[in-house]
Amino acid sequence: MSQEKTWKEIPWGGLILDAGNAQEYHTGEWRTERPVHIMENCKHCMYCWICCPDTAIIVKDKKMVGVDFDFCKGCGICEKVCPFDAIKMVIEGEEGD
Amino acid sequence: MANLKQLTEREERLTGGHRLCAGCGASIIVRQILLATDYPVVVSCATGCLEVSTTIYPYTAWKNPFIHNAFENSAATISGAEAMFKAKKRKGEIPADQKVKFIAFGGDGGTYDIGIQSLSGALERGHDFMYVCYNNEAYMNTGIQRSSATPKGAATTTSPAGRAIPGKKQYPKDLTEVIAGHHLPYLCQVSPGYYMDLLKKVEKAMEIDGPKFMNAFSPCPRGWRHASNASIDIAKLAVDCCFWPIYEIENDKYELTGQSKLIATGKKEKVPVSDYLRSQGRFKHLFAPGNEDVLKGIQEEVDRRWEKLVKLSGY
Amino acid sequence: MAKSMALTGNFAAAYATKQINPHVVAAYPITPQTTMMEKFSEYYANGEVDTELICVESEHSAMSACVGAAAAGGRVITSTAANGLALMFEIVYIAASNRLPIVMCVMNRALSAPINIHGDHSDSMGCRDSGWIQIYNENAQEVYDTMFMATRIGEHKDVRLPVMVNLDGFITSHKIEKVDTLEDDEVRKFIGEYQPVYPLLDIENPVTYGPLDLTDYYFEHKRQQVEAMKKALPVIKKVSSEYSNLCGRDYGIMEKYHLDDADCAIVTMSSTAGTTKYVVDKLRAEGKKVGLLKVRLFRPFPAEEIREALAGIKNIAVLDRSESFGAFGGPLFSEVRNAMYDTDERPNIVDYVFGLGGRDINAVQIEGVYKRLMDAKDKMPGDVNYLGVRGD
Repeated sequence: MSQEKTWKEIPWGGLILDAGNAQEYHTGEWRTERPVHIMENCKHCMYCWICCPDTAIIVKDKKMVGVDFDFCKGCGICEKVCPFDAIKMVIEGEEGD
Repeated sequence: MANLKQLTEREERLTGGHRLCAGCGASIIVRQILLATDYPVVVSCATGCLEVSTTIYPYTAWKNPFIHNAFENSAATISGAEAMFKAKKRKGEIPADQKVKFIAFGGDGGTYDIGIQSLSGALERGHDFMYVCYNNEAYMNTGIQRSSATPKGAATTTSPAGRAIPGKKQYPKDLTEVIAGHHLPYLCQVSPGYYMDLLKKVEKAMEIDGPKFMNAFSPCPRGWRHASNASIDIAKLAVDCCFWPIYEIENDKYELTGQSKLIATGKKEKVPVSDYLRSQGRFKHLFAPGNEDVLKGIQEEVDRRWEKLVKLSGY
Repeated sequence: MAKSMALTGNFAAAYATKQINPHVVAAYPITPQTTMMEKFSEYYANGEVDTELICVESEHSAMSACVGAAAAGGRVITSTAANGLALMFEIVYIAASNRLPIVMCVMNRALSAPINIHGDHSDSMGCRDSGWIQIYNENAQEVYDTMFMATRIGEHKDVRLPVMVNLDGFITSHKIEKVDTLEDDEVRKFIGEYQPVYPLLDIENPVTYGPLDLTDYYFEHKRQQVEAMKKALPVIKKVSSEYSNLCGRDYGIMEKYHLDDADCAIVTMSSTAGTTKYVVDKLRAEGKKVGLLKVRLFRPFPAEEIREALAGIKNIAVLDRSESFGAFGGPLFSEVRNAMYDTDERPNIVDYVFGLGGRDINAVQIEGVYKRLMDAKDKMPGDVNYLGVRGD
C-alpha cells in the first residue's frame, strides 16, 4: 500500500502515470484456496492461462511453470478448465506444492 | 491466428492487482481481447465494475493508455480520441502509417441503457473503433440492479424474486440486433468460454476499418450467485443452450460461429435452458412450484430468437 | 495588418476558430449558437481547416468527445448554450478536473422552463462552480480576441484548465458589428504550437485518466484545482497584456469606465456594459460623477482587483443577468459584496436582477438605477430588485 501523499506531490488531474502499478497491490491476500500445479500431468495447453482473470498463471518459454501468488485470488477457474487434472485447489495454509 | 502458446509471448496489458471479484468474467474478457491483438491500443471505459476496480487511485492495472470519463459516454469519449488521432495525422504531427487501435469498453449498464445514445452516435458517425460490451446482465457495480440486459425471471436488487413478482418481468433487450441496424462493417457476439472464437473475432475485427461492436457474455459470481470457479463453464453453457449464441455479422451477412454453428448444423445437441438457469442462484426461485409458466416462457423465447438467427444465417 | 470585417458574435467566434485551426471541434447545435457551428462547418467543407469536425448526437457527447480528444493530446474547441450546457453539466466538471484546456464559447441563453431562446446568464452561472475559467464578452470584437487569449490561458503549464468564452445570446451572437481581425500568421504566432501534456496518444508513456478516488485522495485533487485557479489570474493578466502589444486592444480582467472619481457605480458584465457606458457618458456630460465597472473575468473571481477598483465609491449597484433562486441576490452581487466586505469603509451595494429570458434593458432604466444611487442618503440596505419585470 502506498503512503498517502500531499496535493503537491501527486500529478494533477488524478492522472496515474505509472502504468500497471496495480501490481504493487497484492490481491493474493484475498485467497482462501490456492491452486497447486501438478507438473507431471501438465500438457501446457494454456487453457488456464487464457482463462485466468488475474494474470496469475506464469508462462515461461511457452510452458506453464506456476502461479503468481501475489495476485491469485483462488477463484478456482484454472482447476475447472484444465482438461488434464494438472491443477488442484487446496485450502490456503494447508498442503503446499 | 496465433495459437495460445504464441500468444503467451505477448505483453499482458491488464496486470494482476486489480480488484475485480475472484472469477469475474469481465477481466477474463479484457485479458483475452488485449492478448488477441498486438496493435497498440487506446482504451476508454465506462463507469462500472471494470473501470472502478482496475483504476483505484493511485493504482492502475492498465499498461496501455486509458481514459475513464463518465458512465454513459465511453463511445463518445473514444470517438474524440480517434478524431484527434486522425487530425494529428492530417496535420503531419504523427506519421501517416502509425497504427493505433481504439477500443471502448462498457458494461451492459453503460451500453444497453444509459450509454446507448452515445454508442449509436459514435457508430453512425463511422469512427474507426471497436466497442466491447461486457454484459454481466445487471448494474453490478452499484449493487446488482436490473438493466435492460437482465434476463427474464432473474432476481436483481431492483427486480427481486418476491411473493407477488418472480424476478425481472421483461425478456432481455437484444442489443446486438439493435446495433445490426447500424449496418456496421463488423459486429459479433462472443463468450469467454469459447475463447478461440473470441480471440479469432478480435483479430479479425482489428483488421477491419470503421466502427465495430462486440457483445461479450460476462458471468458474475457475485450477482448471478454462482461459485467463482464456474464462470467459464457458465459462459459455455449459455452458448450451448442458445441463450447467448455466438455469431458475427459482416456487412449485413449473418454467420453463426463455433459452438452455435455446430448446434445449428445439427453436429452438437442444444441443451435445455433450464440446465443453464439451474446453474445460478439468481434463477433459483423459478424452480419453485408456481413458476412453471415463467420457465416455459423463457425456453420459448430463447427458441424463437434462436430460430430467427438460424434462418438469418442461412441454415 | 488588421482587416476590418462585418461579423456577428457567432461569426467572429467561428472565424477565430478557423484561424486557431484546432485539431478537433465536437459540437451539437442549439439556438443561439447554431450559426457559429454552421459557419465553421462551411470552412470545414471547403477544406479551409485541418480540423476533425465531429457532429455529435447530443451536447453531453459533445463535451465527452472533447474530453477524449483533449486527453488524446491536441487543441479542442466547442460551443453551446442554455440547456445544451445544462445537459453536458456532468462532463463540464470532468473536463476541468481532468485539467484539459478545452475552449468553449457559450452563447448565454436562459435555461428552461419555460423554454426561452434569448439571452441571459443562467446557463454559465449554473456552471460557475465547475472549475472552468469564465470570461464574459461585451461585443463581437471581444469575443474574437478572447478566443485566442483563451487558447493561450488554458494551455499554460501552470493553469491547464478549460475556458468558457461567454457572449450574450442573440444580443451579441447575432448582431453584426465591425470586428478588426488579425492575419492568420499573427494568430498562429500568438497561440503557438500545441504542447501535449500526458497525451493518451503517447503509446510509449501510457497514462490513466479518470481513476476512482476514494476518501483518501479526492480532496487533494480538488485542492490542486484551487491552485490552478489561483495561478490562472496572473497568467490571464499577462496573456492579455501580450495580446494588447500585438493589436492594441487591452482588455485585462475588467474595464474601469470613469471610475476613478466616481461617487457611485454600476457593476455588470457582458453587453449591458456597453449600454451602461452610453448612460455614463450622458450623465458625465451633465456633470454627474458616475462610473461603471465592467467585469470580464468571473472565474477566477478577482476579488482583490475589484476591491481596488471600487475603493472610495459610496453607492454601488450590481446588475445581474441571472438569478440564484433562494439566494440573497444574484451571483455577481454575491461575489462583489463578498469581496467588498473586508474594506474599511463598506460601500452600499444593491442588486438589480434584469434581462432574464432576453428581456430588454434600456438606457432609461439604467439611468434610473444611477438616479437612485445618486439620490441615496447614508445607508442603503443591500436589497435585491427586479429591473424590468411587470408587477414589481
